[in-house]
Amino acid sequence: MVSTGLTGEEGGSTGEGGGSTGEVTRDDRRLTVRQGMARQLDYHWTVYKRTWKSSVVTSFLSPLLYVLAMGVLLGGFVHVSPSRLEGATSYLSFIVPGLIAAQAMQTAVFETTYPVLAALKWHKSFYAQIATPLEARDLADGMLMFTLFRIGSTCGVYFLVMAPFGVFETWWGPVLAWLTTMLVGMAFAVWTFAFSAHIHDPQSFGLIFRLGLIPLFLFSGSFFPVSNLGGVLQWVAKATPLWHGVNLTRMLCLDHVDGSTALVNTVVLVVVLVPGWWLAVRTLTRRLAT
Amino acid sequence: MSDHSADVMISARDLRKSFVDRSGTTVEAVKGIDIDVRRGEAFGFLGPNGAGKSSTMRMIAAVSPVTGGELRILGLDPAEHGPAIRSRLGVCPQEDTLDNELNVFDNLYIYGRYFGIPKREVRERADELLEFVQLTEKRAAKVESLSGGMKRRLTIARSLINRPEILLLDEPTTGLDPQARHVLWDRLFRLKQQGVTLVITTHYMDEAEQLCDRLVVMDRGVVAAEGSPLDLIREHSTREVSELRFPVGDHDATAEKIADLGQRVEVLPDRILVYSDDGEHVLEQVHERGLRPIASLVRRSTLEDVFLRLTGRTLVD
Repeated sequence: MVSTGLTGEEGGSTGEGGGSTGEVTRDDRRLTVRQGMARQLDYHWTVYKRTWKSSVVTSFLSPLLYVLAMGVLLGGFVHVSPSRLEGATSYLSFIVPGLIAAQAMQTAVFETTYPVLAALKWHKSFYAQIATPLEARDLADGMLMFTLFRIGSTCGVYFLVMAPFGVFETWWGPVLAWLTTMLVGMAFAVWTFAFSAHIHDPQSFGLIFRLGLIPLFLFSGSFFPVSNLGGVLQWVAKATPLWHGVNLTRMLCLDHVDGSTALVNTVVLVVVLVPGWWLAVRTLTRRLAT
Repeated sequence: MSDHSADVMISARDLRKSFVDRSGTTVEAVKGIDIDVRRGEAFGFLGPNGAGKSSTMRMIAAVSPVTGGELRILGLDPAEHGPAIRSRLGVCPQEDTLDNELNVFDNLYIYGRYFGIPKREVRERADELLEFVQLTEKRAAKVESLSGGMKRRLTIARSLINRPEILLLDEPTTGLDPQARHVLWDRLFRLKQQGVTLVITTHYMDEAEQLCDRLVVMDRGVVAAEGSPLDLIREHSTREVSELRFPVGDHDATAEKIADLGQRVEVLPDRILVYSDDGEHVLEQVHERGLRPIASLVRRSTLEDVFLRLTGRTLVD
């Protein structure tokens, strides 16, 4: 037997043709995190090639409808000074960063609800994958990295399409804002993944959508400055991870960055992300280990 | 390592599995079993539903943690070397876990990539395996469009993509029609000839007799008997069985009259079974005693007789 597959993806041995007992690719120990994800690239790529067309509408078209309806048509009625719009010179340039950050959250939640439950309950692909050298950790990482790709591509297109409309003050602001939206999305993806890996009934997703997604979308500063909420509600809104994401994205797009606020925003998102990732891996490991 | 231990592919000592089900009760699925599977043999787990076969298989597949006792697969501890063990196993699960939306070839290709097999190599292997399981013409078909037998063959092809040393088959022919079962048995027999160690769970006695060199009968989490199919029949049943059918209602009374004719007499609602070494002789004696069965049949004892003897005739859900 030839022991390979430890250092590179192409490290397998080449066996003779014919039966089923020739030389075999062998893994002598756990895969590295990178190997684990690399081995799933072909899977996610094949699935994406098949499904990207159906995701075009939700990923790329509906966000632009929001921009048109809320930013342009409704925003036409909004005439206030930039000081009341966190520095934005128009309602359109105020709302676009917020919408993109919210889109990151939605894409993240979309990719980590039904797909995760399907892999456990309906098409059971996790159970097929766990019979190979891959471990639960690798499956969680693989799906989360695919989610990151979906967030990055969806928000990336969003930024590119909006660029010609004069809503961004600098060229580098939106680039950093794009990275921010990925951080925002992943902060939601990991917790949603953990939730989905725990539940058995898709009805539980109603909780996430109705009690999580919609209120966050409406009240975390995407559509209006949270200071408008006043009093306690304003601080409640500022405690949500989406607000930190929206605020950081907007500051970067409008070139109105306050260093210490930006730092707090980033730290909050990272602090939400890291334990969530740990919990996602742990929940899936437990679910698959019975 | 001695030659002997090198040839032991799977060994379990006092192996146990318990888990807490969703209602919160602790289920003891496997209650201390000892098994040894040797290189190149076809080893069977027989048992009614809930006997602990699938739980045992999942532990052997190195995906389900062992609750107690010792388990070594290819000499390795699954708790420590799960990925290493799994890279040398093929698993054909009871429920198909194929990707329904991918085509037949892609199912094999993607699975091979999980093992880190280089792309060119995995393509070659996938085509060879499609040939082996007679699915070459379905190469580009969606899995959804395949029949049950084809899906099962594809699952077996998939489980062979890493050229495993041990192939685990959980109820491989459940739900298949007789033709599909025979095609599958033929393929499994060829694999065995190539030196692949087969571990099979089944509740089909004919399957166990056809495929298994050695088997254990499991019942309620323990091993009730162990041996080759012939040994088990010899040990737990007689050579022949005479099946006698009398008018309904006469069975208990009749059974008393012929209780001495065989080593064991079993009364069923529709017939009486007399276990003996010479079934025809039993039949003659029944007639000599003036009893006239409506129908009679003398047959060889089968594994099914052993199975029912050991695990009872009560339904298990």
